[in-house]
Amino acid sequence: MAVLVLAEHDLGALSPAMGRVVAAAEALGGPVDVLVAGQNAQVVADQAALLPGVGRVRIAEAVAPTAETLTPLLASLAGDYDHIIAVSAALGRDVIPRLAASLDLMPVTDVTAIHGPNRFERPIYAGNAIETVVSEQPKHLLTLRASAFPPAKLAPAGDPPIEPVAGAALAPLVQLLAAHRTEGDRPDLATAKIVVGGGIAVGSAEGFRLIEELAAVLGAAVGATRAAVDAGYAPNDWQVGQTGKIIAPDLYIAIGVSGALQHLAGIQGTKKIVAINTDAEAPLMKLADYRLVGDLFAVVPALITELKRVGG
Amino acid sequence: MKKILVAAKRVVDHNVRIRVRSDGSGVETDNVRLSMNPFDKHAVEAAVQLVEQGHAAEVVVVSIGPKGATDVILTGLAMGGHRGILVETDEKLETLAVAKLLAAVAREENPDLVLLGKQAVDDDSNHVGQMLAGLLGWPQATFASGIEVTEEGLKVTREVDFGRAEYGLPLPAVVTADLRLNTPRNAALPMVMKARSKPLAVRPAAEFGLDLAPRLRVEKIAPPPERAGGRAVADIAELAAIIVETKAEAEIG
Ligand SMILES: Cc1cc2nc3c(=O)[nH]c(=O)nc-3n(C[C@H](O)[C@H](O)[C@H](O)COP(=O)(O)OP(=O)(O)OC[C@H]3O[C@@H](n4cnc5c(N)ncnc54)[C@H](O)[C@@H]3O)c2cc1C
Ligand SMILES: Nc1ncnc2c1ncn2[C@@H]1O[C@H](COP(=O)(O)O)[C@@H](O)[C@H]1O
Repeated sequence: MAVLVLAEHDLGALSPAMGRVVAAAEALGGPVDVLVAGQNAQVVADQAALLPGVGRVRIAEAVAPTAETLTPLLASLAGDYDHIIAVSAALGRDVIPRLAASLDLMPVTDVTAIHGPNRFERPIYAGNAIETVVSEQPKHLLTLRASAFPPAKLAPAGDPPIEPVAGAALAPLVQLLAAHRTEGDRPDLATAKIVVGGGIAVGSAEGFRLIEELAAVLGAAVGATRAAVDAGYAPNDWQVGQTGKIIAPDLYIAIGVSGALQHLAGIQGTKKIVAINTDAEAPLMKLADYRLVGDLFAVVPALITELKRVGG
Repeated sequence: MKKILVAAKRVVDHNVRIRVRSDGSGVETDNVRLSMNPFDKHAVEAAVQLVEQGHAAEVVVVSIGPKGATDVILTGLAMGGHRGILVETDEKLETLAVAKLLAAVAREENPDLVLLGKQAVDDDSNHVGQMLAGLLGWPQATFASGIEVTEEGLKVTREVDFGRAEYGLPLPAVVTADLRLNTPRNAALPMVMKARSKPLAVRPAAEFGLDLAPRLRVEKIAPPPERAGGRAVADIAELAAIIVETKAEAEIG
């Protein structure tokens, strides 16, 4: 039961989600290979080799990590594997369905639990229902939601070989023209232990500085609602929810967030929710483990001061 | 561009709070409001805007589903689509089967661009656009928040994990719409009336002679674990204490 995990990486850094996904893949029983494609493949491969459970790292430096170029590459390697897995993030979501169609397979995506080699759970209807599916197909193509799986156990890595994949370089059909990166040094949202999220009530991009300040005090990642992103207060990659990122931190502090069902879809796996809202009846206030009724512009600065005082 | 094909799915309206049937067999869809998948409205809007800007001549709206899915085609035609195609089936098709049918329609229609939503909010799959592009061997741009026509084809802004990025694509291509692509119009009544007189072809899915059989067996559908709800916190000091304690636990665990 060999497994191939497609590496998610950016600017020469392996995604923090990969440790979780490789650990989940290892639970399927077979040896786990990681495939790293693209320009920084060698550097990223060295990082992948450090993950416990990796049997071999395969690199394809000449293949750009796009759906159009990875599909034929993965299809050519598919014969060696029973499972091909990617992180449920931009690249994996782009590649796995395209690959599946070209192999005439039905993929199972956004998997949140694995019960054996061919039985998977995935949320539907914005997480308001959980579907268990069984696949009798000869091969399983999956994307996993990293937030649903525990981080890799601290175990020594096995010093796996790093081997280039044979195959021709493929010119990408789609050209990257420009990238607009959200600046900042906050932790990765999808795998953060603490997330501070702001809603439309935060009022402005300026207001989000306050949210970021609180996040900085706690070493937390920053999230936002769609309404806040649409209004231009927060960048799109901060959006949490059905159509944004899925988070499952130990602590989510939601500030001026009503708790629309599309937002709740992104926070279901959260252990503890703190909600700060002027409206005690807001849906999220009813769900939250701890709720404080109050105006965020008064509460958040006072909370920052208090956390600094008690050394949070 | 001569022609744009837009795929639109009829789904349980996104404002409906769905109920999971107690026997685990599925989600209650009898007597609930159905409407066009929200993302697909953005796809239709983008297509109609390309026509209005003089970049395209015709918008064909296609939906796959039962007779009732005609409603979403009419919505698309009321928004400015020129004609519709219903690929009729009473079976609940998997995304792979939907993509195969759309590929068959695309081969007949030869569009320069196929626009879809990025995901259907019932199954939340986020598959069909990528699958269709794979079957046709066309370039794809998913999660689009901007589309511009260029000499070479399209410049598409995509929402990705690190922010946004712009990509150049040759045509024909497949693009899937995100919510920030545009603001879909509400069709005025005269447009709604006019939609009924626009051409609408009905094609039985079986006519395409494709393998549409499901590949996955749905074993059960269950409601998610419920959250217990919590308690009110008296003041900032108590809140800070709770946060500090939870943070400490998180760092150990
Ligand atoms: C197809 C689809 C997909 C979607 N996907 C997502 C998604 O991925 N993520 C997402 O978040 N949304 C998503 N949405 C949007 C979602 O439905 C809601 O509109 C959105 O989540 C609301 O954001 P909000 O909580 O910031 O705003 P609101 O619902 O307007 O809530 C603002 C809250 O702030 C409180 N408030 C006001 N003033 C203050 C103050 N001074 N101090 C404290 N509290 C205050 C109010 O009481 C209210 O509860 C989607 C919608 C659709 C149709
Ligand atoms: N039955 C269908 N009929 C027409 N279009 C569909 C259908 N199912 C999916 N689509 C299109 O494919 C997109 C992605 O759907 P999905 O992959 O199911 O999440 C949708 O937003 C639609 O544009």
